[in-house]
Amino acid sequence: MATTYHPSTPEAAAEEPVNYLNVQYGWKSWLFTTDHKRIAMLYLWSITVMFIVGGAFAMLVRIHLTQPQGLFPPEIYNRLFTAHGVIMIFFFLIPSIPATLGNFLLPIQIGAKDLAFPRINLLSWYLYVVGALFAIYAVAAGGIDTGWTFYAPFSTTFSNSYVLTAATGAFIAGFSSITTGLNFIVTVHKMRAPGMTWMRMPLFIWAHYATGLIQILGTPVVAIALVLVAVERVMHVGIFDPNVGGDPILFQHIFWFYSHPAVYIMILPGMGVISEVIACFSRKRPFGYEFIAASSMGIAILGFLVWGHHMFVTGQSVYTGIVFSFLTFFVAVPSAVKVFNWTATMYKGSVTFESPMLYAFAFIGLFTIGGLTGLFLSTMATDVALHGTYFVVAHFHFVMVGGMVVAFLAGIHFYWPKISGRMYSEPWAKFAALMIFAGFNLTFLPQFVLGYLGMPRRYAAYPEEFQVLNVLSTAGATILGFSFLIPMIYLTYSWFFGPKAGNNPWQAKGLEWEIQSPPTTFNFDVTPTVTEEAYNYGPWEEKQIA
Amino acid sequence: MWASYRFLADIPFVAPIASKEAGQIDLLWWFLCAVSLVMTVLIFVGVIAFAFKYRKKPGVDPVPVHGSNVLEITWSVIPFLVMLVMFWWGADLFFDSQNPPKDAEEIFVVGKQWMWKVQHPDGTREMNALHVPLGKAVKLTMASEDVIHSFSMPAFRVRHDVVPGHYDALWFRPTKAGHYRIFCTEYCGDRHSQMIGFVDVLNQDDYNTWASGGSTGTLAEQGQQLFTQNGCSTCHLLAEQGRCPILKNVYNKPVELSDGRTVIADDAYLRESILEPNAKIVKGYDANVMPNFKGQLSEENVIQLIAYIKSLSPAAPAPTGTQPGAAPAPAVKKPKAVIKEAAVKLPQPQQ
Repeated sequence: MATTYHPSTPEAAAEEPVNYLNVQYGWKSWLFTTDHKRIAMLYLWSITVMFIVGGAFAMLVRIHLTQPQGLFPPEIYNRLFTAHGVIMIFFFLIPSIPATLGNFLLPIQIGAKDLAFPRINLLSWYLYVVGALFAIYAVAAGGIDTGWTFYAPFSTTFSNSYVLTAATGAFIAGFSSITTGLNFIVTVHKMRAPGMTWMRMPLFIWAHYATGLIQILGTPVVAIALVLVAVERVMHVGIFDPNVGGDPILFQHIFWFYSHPAVYIMILPGMGVISEVIACFSRKRPFGYEFIAASSMGIAILGFLVWGHHMFVTGQSVYTGIVFSFLTFFVAVPSAVKVFNWTATMYKGSVTFESPMLYAFAFIGLFTIGGLTGLFLSTMATDVALHGTYFVVAHFHFVMVGGMVVAFLAGIHFYWPKISGRMYSEPWAKFAALMIFAGFNLTFLPQFVLGYLGMPRRYAAYPEEFQVLNVLSTAGATILGFSFLIPMIYLTYSWFFGPKAGNNPWQAKGLEWEIQSPPTTFNFDVTPTVTEEAYNYGPWEEKQIA
Repeated sequence: MWASYRFLADIPFVAPIASKEAGQIDLLWWFLCAVSLVMTVLIFVGVIAFAFKYRKKPGVDPVPVHGSNVLEITWSVIPFLVMLVMFWWGADLFFDSQNPPKDAEEIFVVGKQWMWKVQHPDGTREMNALHVPLGKAVKLTMASEDVIHSFSMPAFRVRHDVVPGHYDALWFRPTKAGHYRIFCTEYCGDRHSQMIGFVDVLNQDDYNTWASGGSTGTLAEQGQQLFTQNGCSTCHLLAEQGRCPILKNVYNKPVELSDGRTVIADDAYLRESILEPNAKIVKGYDANVMPNFKGQLSEENVIQLIAYIKSLSPAAPAPTGTQPGAAPAPAVKKPKAVIKEAAVKLPQPQQ
């Protein structure tokens, strides 16, 4: 390469080869970077902050619910659960894996030196930050009390809280998501290394490609919904409020047209991570590679056709509801196919139990339960009984926390040696994985029972007969909350003091494991040529942590 | 059946079941639970067994197995077939739940921040409470005065959103006397969790005693008063000028509109025609004759007026019944298992 980089601290250079972290120092080198890996790190820090904030609100929600009458006034409680939902959905789950691991790995895995539009990539982070600041301001200034769903006409006419500020934040963050998706799609199409054919791409790439499609096609629609809320709220133009000639159901159609596919934006990248982890620690190409890849695309497409299952009891026509119920069962198939294939991947493999694999096991179990309980809600008669109850809350958290957050942790643990160049404490990592699994189940399994018994969601106070289950749930949430802090501690420690990881501590396959850890700014000195299929695993060799 | 486990005594694991339909839905619920349990066990056992059996052993190398089309098709098709059973079973029960029996007694419910107001046909009013006789089908016709609410009674496994600008409906036939909860289950603001109440299912004697409590005339009588006060009777009952349709014998009968459509003069149609008369003009009459009553009448008043108009059509046929032979309008053809949509969209904004 023509450019030579001079590390600014000579001592570091003596110890460590040049990489994306030590090539330059100073805040400018971060805030004006166009390196996809540095932007991934900016995202990682930002979403971690938002995760901590959103998690703190979740803890307050659970603490409030230990008493049937609640600990805070209802106005406060309504702001707590809304803040939790808005922050976690728009500012943690949506960007979580794509903007961090996806940003970091997508170019490397296909043999590219960066994403197709590095400056747009940086722009996407700034959009995210501006959106997040709006959201935090809305929460700090007085809160939002609409729920993350912003249902009209409550949000447009009746709520006296900071709806517009929060909606503006979500609107801006939406563009960050669109630009990320755009970058991924163009990069996958145009920048694959020679020999990296579509059917040689890692499943992580397929998952992100499918995610990118949803981000581009779906996100503008929620932006429209939020703009219309603002128009009605500010100018009193009748769009959703029947008192001025609008239709409240219209809002739900527009909102769910995005927000249902959005759950696939959140879960598909997680599925990509799990495919990588299980392949590596089984020493095998994933069982049914083509089917896992195709199921990602199937989920992306079918996911756009099922939004009406959120509206069975809203007064949507019965026939419309039946069509949506039917289509919803279709989208369950590709998800099931993935679970079966991951399980079958271990068949005749050589399985080891490193911490990323433990998280992957937890993912399979929790995602299975999350998916199956979704069937209760796509079945119309049972949805009538369960709609709007804690059953929905539990189902959603099984998929989003049990699925997505666990997959995120699996990915962070798997790629940490590549990202930081260091190893973390494996015993602590295993301990954290077990505690998260236990705490999670104790938190959300009781909520399925609560929902079946009829306890409505978003209730600041509840009948006394529900207290035992609520206290159990809060006990679980306490374990879960503290367990999430453990990885933050040992990963931070490892960043500074962990042993050097070497280029490929897991002896994994893939271009990302053939380059230096941490990688150099342009990843590859020479663009690689790919001559074999992905996941060409052989037997384990003796581990060599440099 | 759970009480024998003392340590579980505080946790009600089975929600009360107070109607036949609730039992049917619970059967489907347990079927789904059983399928989910089988699948979960299958996956958990599969993962644990494979992970253990194929754990790394010295001298044993992994065998490349790339996939199997037969397996892929099997584990796509079989779950899908099972899910078709769920779909069909769930849709079938849902269909029934949306189709109130013809003999259902109609009770009106108005939701507003943060209370449920109930009006019985005999004029009795209740707040956050609903008394119904045992064994009789009850249809709730529901309206909202502000935001979206949702009327939920877990003991009957029924729920329907109450959307402003629409009439929404649900029905149930209690088969077990008792005291059951009512919840609002669509978040509606500060006191959402206090928008709760109880439904009391009384046997007929108790119900009669309860119902004989004083009321200020039947719903229709209250409506008649409003009908006179608001000047409706001048045009709609007595008039000779012929500027407005006479409202005798119109309830639940077909009405020909000026744009050529034929609609049934049901509750939703009457509500719309009271609040926004120009939305649908009866054939042969002019628009812009009657004033808008939107914002002038509360949802409760509208319900009283409709009850009165209903009383002007003795022996009104059930909403989905056949047309009277004399009606010149084309018969509205409906499929066998027809569902009368409870919610009717609002009219377009006026031209």
